[in-house]
Amino acid sequence: MAGPVLEMRSIVKTFPGVKALSDVTLTVRQGEVHAICGENGAGKSTLMKVLSGVHPHGSYEGEILFEGDVCRFRDIRASEQHGIVIIHQELALVPFLSIAENIFLGNEHAKRGFVNWNETLRHASELLRRVGLDEHPETRVADIGVGKQQLVEIAKALSKEVKLLILDEPTAALNDEDSGKLLDLILELKNQGITSIIISHKLNEIRRVADSVTILRDGRSIETLDVKAAETTEDRIISGMVGRDLDHRFPERTPHHPEEGAAPALEIRDWTVHHPIDQQRKVADAVSLQVRRGEIVGIAGLMGAGRTELAMNVFGRSYGRYAGGTVLKDGKEIRTRTVAEAVGHGIAYVTEDRKHYGLNLIDTINRNISLTALGKVANRGIVDEHEERQVAERYRKSMNIKAPTVFEPVGKLSGGNQQKVVLSKWIFAGPDVLILDEPTRGIDVGAKFEIYTVIDKLAAEGKAIIFISSELPELLGMCDRIYTMAAGRLTGEFSRAEATQEVLMRQMTKDKEVTR
Amino acid sequence: MSTDVTNSPAEAPPGRGGGETGENLVRLMIDGLRRNMRQYGMLIALGLIVALFAVWTDGDLLLPRNVSNLVLQNSYILILAIGMMLVIIAGHIDLSVGSLTAFVGSFAAVLMVEHRVAWPLALLLCLVVGAVAGSIQGFLIAYLGIPSFIVTLAGMLLFRGLTEILLKGQTLGPFPDGLQKVGNGFLPEVGPTTNYHNITLLLGLAVIVFVVLQEVRDRKRQQEFTLDVLPAKLFALKLVALVAAVLTVTMLLASYKGAPIVLLILGVLVVGYGYVMRNAVFGRHIYAIGGNLPAAKLSGVKDKKVTFYVFLNMGMLAALAGLVVAARLNAASPKAGLNFELEAIASSFIGGASMSGGVGTVLGAIIGGLVLGVLNNGMNLLSVGTDWQQVIKGLALLAAVGFDVWNKRKSGS
Repeated sequence: MAGPVLEMRSIVKTFPGVKALSDVTLTVRQGEVHAICGENGAGKSTLMKVLSGVHPHGSYEGEILFEGDVCRFRDIRASEQHGIVIIHQELALVPFLSIAENIFLGNEHAKRGFVNWNETLRHASELLRRVGLDEHPETRVADIGVGKQQLVEIAKALSKEVKLLILDEPTAALNDEDSGKLLDLILELKNQGITSIIISHKLNEIRRVADSVTILRDGRSIETLDVKAAETTEDRIISGMVGRDLDHRFPERTPHHPEEGAAPALEIRDWTVHHPIDQQRKVADAVSLQVRRGEIVGIAGLMGAGRTELAMNVFGRSYGRYAGGTVLKDGKEIRTRTVAEAVGHGIAYVTEDRKHYGLNLIDTINRNISLTALGKVANRGIVDEHEERQVAERYRKSMNIKAPTVFEPVGKLSGGNQQKVVLSKWIFAGPDVLILDEPTRGIDVGAKFEIYTVIDKLAAEGKAIIFISSELPELLGMCDRIYTMAAGRLTGEFSRAEATQEVLMRQMTKDKEVTR
Repeated sequence: MSTDVTNSPAEAPPGRGGGETGENLVRLMIDGLRRNMRQYGMLIALGLIVALFAVWTDGDLLLPRNVSNLVLQNSYILILAIGMMLVIIAGHIDLSVGSLTAFVGSFAAVLMVEHRVAWPLALLLCLVVGAVAGSIQGFLIAYLGIPSFIVTLAGMLLFRGLTEILLKGQTLGPFPDGLQKVGNGFLPEVGPTTNYHNITLLLGLAVIVFVVLQEVRDRKRQQEFTLDVLPAKLFALKLVALVAAVLTVTMLLASYKGAPIVLLILGVLVVGYGYVMRNAVFGRHIYAIGGNLPAAKLSGVKDKKVTFYVFLNMGMLAALAGLVVAARLNAASPKAGLNFELEAIASSFIGGASMSGGVGTVLGAIIGGLVLGVLNNGMNLLSVGTDWQQVIKGLALLAAVGFDVWNKRKSGS
C-alpha cells in the first residue's frame, strides 16, 4: 500500500465565538480517493479551506504535511503551486468568458502580457479530452450545463498540474447522469495517479468511488474507515456521523396531543418546485406535509435536500419556479403567490440566512422588528415612533436581546442576538404558522437554549411550527413529528417515539434510485 | 459671531469658563459628536465653509441681499436633491432630472407663452407631466427590471431632445407675472413700516415657537418612556443654538425684501419629506428596500410599488424645479437644467447618502446642497472662474465622501 501523500495533524480552527475544528487529523494515501463525510456544520468545508490556504497559515493550529514537507500556505495560490487544487461547491467560473479563457484564468499562456491564443486553444482542447468534455474550447461557459461546467473546473485544475484534487460536494447540483459521469472521471483520474479528496454525504457515491472515508463530527475527526472492507456498511458510516453525546439541552416539552377532527393549521399538498435557472431540475418533488396548532413538526435533510427551497416557494414564491401543489390553511385552500399574501394568511418564514434574507443590517433593532407589521404601530400610514420603540423594548426584554438600546444597528449584534431580532420580527407579525429554517445555525449553546425555549412557548400558545434543521439532536429534542427529505422528495415521517438519529439519517441519505 | 449660530447645537462655542460644569459640557458634546459623526460632520463643514467665505469676502457673503440670492439661486437644486435622496436611498440613481427640468420648463412656456393658458392651471399641468414622465421611468425600472442607470440615461437624452423640439431651439418667454413671482418673488408686506419685513419676522417667530414646542414635547415623551435624554444643560444649549440660527436667518432676510416664496415652498418640502421618510410606512419601506432588498421582499414589502412611486415623485419634483428655473430666468431655454442631475446627486452624497442605498436623510440632502451652493456663491463673490469652481466642487465631493468612508472604516474595525 502506498504511503501518505497528505497528513493534517491536530488541526484546530477557531472563529470568533465558535470552535469550527477542534483536533482534526486526516491522513490521505498516495493515489487514493478519500471521502470526508459528516453532518452540515461538522467542519468539512472549514478543514478543506485550511488545507487549501483559504484560511492562511497562522490562523489555525496544527501541522500540514504534503509529500513529506511541512506546508505553510499563505493563500490559495501557494497551495496551488504545490499541486493542491480545490473545487468549491459554488463554481468559480466567469460565465461570459469561453471555456478556454476560464481554464487559464490567472494562469494564461501569455508572453509579455499578450495571450497566445493558438497555444491556449491547443492546450484547452487537450485538457477537455482528458476530462471527456466534448465542447469547443471557445464556447461560453454560460451556454453549457452545470455538469459540464463542473468538468471545466476539473480541466482547470488539471492545467495547474494537480496532484491532490479536492471536490466539495461535487454532485450536489448535478442530475443523476452528470453525477455518474463525474464519478467515473474521478476514478479515471485516480488511474492517472491523481489523489482526490471528495466531500459528500451521499453514501452510495462514497461506496462507489472512495477507497477510504474519514468521518467528521462536531469539528473532530471521529474515525477513518476502509470503504472496501466488508464491515463498512452504510449503517456503519451513519452511526459514525451521528453518534455524538447528547450534551445539548432542551426545554422540557410536553408531547402534543392534536385535537381530533380539527383541520391542520397548514397543509401542503403535492408541492413541486423547479430550479430557477435549470428548469429541468426539481428541487422539491410532490411534497405533502401538514402541521397542527400547538405542534412542532421537523423537516430533516442534508444540504440540497430541498427543504429551504420548498419553504421559500410556498412562502410567496420567494425561490424557484412553482410547478404545482396547493396550500390549505385550517382546511381551506389559500393562495400564497406573494409574500404579502402569505403573511396575510398568518404564515411566517424565518430564513436560514439572516444576514442576507432576514435583516437590514445597517438599520436599527426597532426598525427591523417593526418592518413586517408596520401597520400595527402606524396610524393612517404614519408610524408612531414611540409605540414602535415600546414594542422593540418589550422584545428586547422578553427575548433577552443583548444590546444597550433598541437603536443599535443590527449588524453590530452577535449571531445569536441577530437571530432573536429576526424571531421577534416575525412573532410581532402575529402569525399562526411559523416556518423556522435553521433557527439556531451559527449561534452558541446558551443562545440556542433561549431560542428553543421561545419556540416551545410559541407552540404552547397554539401556534403551528415547522422546524427545518440539519441538527438531528435538535429535531429529536424539540419536535412532535419529523419528516425527512432527500433530493427534493419526502422520504419518511416519524413520530417522536419512533425517531432516532440512525433512522432519520438513513432516510436523509437515501438517493433517488434507492427510494423507488 | 453670526456664522457660529447657523451651525448645529454641537458647534456652539464650548463652555466659556474652565469650571467643572464647563468641562463636563464639553465632554458631553464631544461624546455626542462622536456618536453622531455622520449627522454633524457635514453641518460643521457647512459652518466652516460659511465662516471661511464670510471672512474672505469681508462679510459680503452674509449681506442680507446675498443671503436672499443664495436661497433663490440654489432652490431648484435643493428641490431636486430631496427627490434624488429618496431615489438613492432606494438603491437607484436618476440621471434624467436635469433634462426633465428643462423639458417641463419648455412645456410651461409653450402653454403659457404660446397658448396663453392661465398660469395656475399650466403649473398644475406641468406637475402632472413631470409625474407622468417619472412614472414611466419608474414602471420600466420597477416592473420590467431595467436598471435605473440605463432607463434614466435614456431619459436624459430623450427629454433633452424633446425640449429642443418643443422650443425649436429657441428661447421662449416671458412668463406671466404670477409665475415669475414663484421663482423670484418675496412674501407680500403688510402692517406698519419698520426697518424690517413684518411678515417675515412673524414667520420666523412662528418657526421658532414651533421648533421649541416640538423639541420640548419630544423630550417629554422620551422621558415618559424612560429613555435616555440629553442632559438638561445640553438640551438648553441645543435650544438656544436652534433659536439663534432661525433668528439670524430671519433677521437677514427681513432686513432685505423678506422671505422669498421659493424658500417657503422649500421649507414645506423639507418638513414634509423629512416627516415621510422618518415616520411614514412608505418612507420606512424605501429604507428597507435600499438597505437589504431580499430581506425587504421576504418581509412582505411591495418593493416594486415603492420603487415606482419613488420615481414618480422624482419626476414631480423635477417638474417643480423646472417651473422655478423657468420662472427665475423668465424664459424657457433648451440649455436649462444642464448638469442639474449631477449637482443633485453630488448634494445627496455630500449629505451622507451611500452608493449601496439604505442610508441618508432629507436634511442631509439639503445640507449637501447648501455646501455646494455656498461654495458656488462664495467663489462667485471672489470672482473665481467657473473652471476653478468645478475643480473645487469636485474636490469637495471627494473630500466629503472620502471622510465618511474613512470614518466608517475607523469605527468599524
